[in-house]
Amino acid sequence: MPVVNWLKRHLVVIAGLFTLAYLLLPNVIVTLFSFNKPKGRFNYQWQQFSLDAWKQPCGVAGMCDSLSISLQIAVWATLGATVLGTMISFALVRYRFRARGAINSLIFLPMAMPEVVMAASLLTLFLNMGAQLGFWTILIAHIMFCLSFVVTAVKARVMSMDPRLEEAARDLYAGPVQTFLRVTLPIAAPGIAAGALLSFALSFDDFIITNFNAGSTVTFPMFVWGSAQRGTPVQINVIGTAMFLLAVVLVLVSMLINNRRNSQKA
Amino acid sequence: MTTDNSGDVRLSGIGKTYGAFTAVHPLDLTVPQGSFFALLGASGCGKTTTLRMIAGLEEPTSGTVHLGDQDVTHLPPYKRPVNTVFQSYALFPHLDIFENVAFGLRRRGLKSVKKQVEDMLDLVQLGEQARKKPHQLSGGQQQRVAVARALINHPKVLLLDEPLGALDLKLRRQMQLELKRIQTEVGITFIHVTHDQEEAMTMADTVAVMNGGRVEQLGAPTDLYENPRTTFVANFLGTSNLIEAEVDTKSGDDIVLKAAGDKLVLPAARCGAPAPAGGKVLVGIRPEKIALAHADDAGGIPEGRNRLTGKIADASFIGVSTQYVIDSPACAELSVYVQNVERDARLVPGADVVLHWSPAHTFGLDAAQAIDAGTGEEVAA
Repeated sequence: MPVVNWLKRHLVVIAGLFTLAYLLLPNVIVTLFSFNKPKGRFNYQWQQFSLDAWKQPCGVAGMCDSLSISLQIAVWATLGATVLGTMISFALVRYRFRARGAINSLIFLPMAMPEVVMAASLLTLFLNMGAQLGFWTILIAHIMFCLSFVVTAVKARVMSMDPRLEEAARDLYAGPVQTFLRVTLPIAAPGIAAGALLSFALSFDDFIITNFNAGSTVTFPMFVWGSAQRGTPVQINVIGTAMFLLAVVLVLVSMLINNRRNSQKA
Repeated sequence: MTTDNSGDVRLSGIGKTYGAFTAVHPLDLTVPQGSFFALLGASGCGKTTTLRMIAGLEEPTSGTVHLGDQDVTHLPPYKRPVNTVFQSYALFPHLDIFENVAFGLRRRGLKSVKKQVEDMLDLVQLGEQARKKPHQLSGGQQQRVAVARALINHPKVLLLDEPLGALDLKLRRQMQLELKRIQTEVGITFIHVTHDQEEAMTMADTVAVMNGGRVEQLGAPTDLYENPRTTFVANFLGTSNLIEAEVDTKSGDDIVLKAAGDKLVLPAARCGAPAPAGGKVLVGIRPEKIALAHADDAGGIPEGRNRLTGKIADASFIGVSTQYVIDSPACAELSVYVQNVERDARLVPGADVVLHWSPAHTFGLDAAQAIDAGTGEEVAA
């Protein structure tokens, strides 16, 4: 039974390829349909190849404005959540203080709570405070739910860090600031980077919480959802494909840098 | 010529308590410049805490630390001319070997460190590995990087916190010699913390035996071994036979004791406890100082030697020597090591024997202390 034997030997590879296909198929469709020239307002059926949408990515009214707002919010939310989350993680791991246990569990609440509930409560809070809904309320909401993800990522890293490393740095003439910059931060960096990437992705594509607290501001996910009611412009696929390609390029570049660094060391 | 004492370490009344727990009872200790000093004890005896107080990583609850004439008690670690080799090495995982070794120099603002770092890496035979990351090196190599990283700063004192604990036995022996060589070469004061009594004795000029947060005894390795002052030291350094005895009479410089009908002589100078007539004393004798004779040959034993009778309970042949366990009316399990020069075929389990040794090798200890202190399992680790 040569076929069965061949299957047995390559089972892992085959399973891997199937999983990859399962993960990538939606992206392939998105990319494919970014070259479509739909007849009506909906881009759901393949008609003919066209580069029109790629030539005019901002050809749809309001789309690029919403994209710009989403990117701004994502950048600021990432920055805020990463800085705050990193500080919280260090405080939770390094110091013993009152309510530490409570904070430790409360910080994960945004992750566990249904998003729609959180969105509604936030809206209630903002309305009661008389806050003007818009860019700032969205940003505050995003920083809040990104925080728990940053804390999760950074805390794991800080906890597994050998406290002797910082002692060794202090023993080797590094003052508190130098110790933090030269030893603590570089060692915690992978955790912080993971938290930041996660924050950016979560903030950029959040819909439910944003939709509740946006007022008249329209973010990119809100734009896509809104247009899906009336018709889907091909440009949405163009933006989607561009984001996907950017992510792939970033991953490839970081892999290449790592490989080169390792081959130099060896 | 002026004597340089800037590498002296003087601890006066230094102690450390954590809440209700006393890790180190106030102790005084002077480590002279250029010596190889060992703090020896089981885990939890306060030796590492003492070391960390010298490094500045632990604030003492009481007392002062002096380096030479400088009071460094309240100086942070990065301002002390002292460097530490940590038990886990604590090499910076994100820096390569070169940068690990250069770390101290760079923090002190030195610009051209290349030559110094390369020389130091050559000294520890790691010149080839400069661009590798710590996790790519073996345990022994990492250990040498840790030593290089500390030594390159030319500290007044090098502190070693069980630096050989993670190495296998063969490598450990090799590194012991290596460290001893480096210490002789650079002439820096080394303070070495260890729980391995053999390591302490082979490497150090002076050993302080610690137990329960106190220094039990301090001295040269041979002195500690030959004249232990407490049962802990007697049992922790090597093996001792401790026999309970009663003071019978004093004659001149000797104390005559009675142990289950046998008379034992102990030089008064070697007795570390008050010995009033009728009082109790623990008589100590090292297993290798005892000679063994078959009961039939008892007449041939010279006069003036301490003797005990007994029966061989167990004999194990280990090559260079044979180790006997002997049941005696005076003491249940006496160990005796006999060199395998001429083996007496009659000395087998069950045989009646006479143990004899020179009174000069006998030592006396206070009977008020636990007879089995320092014999715990942690000693063997």
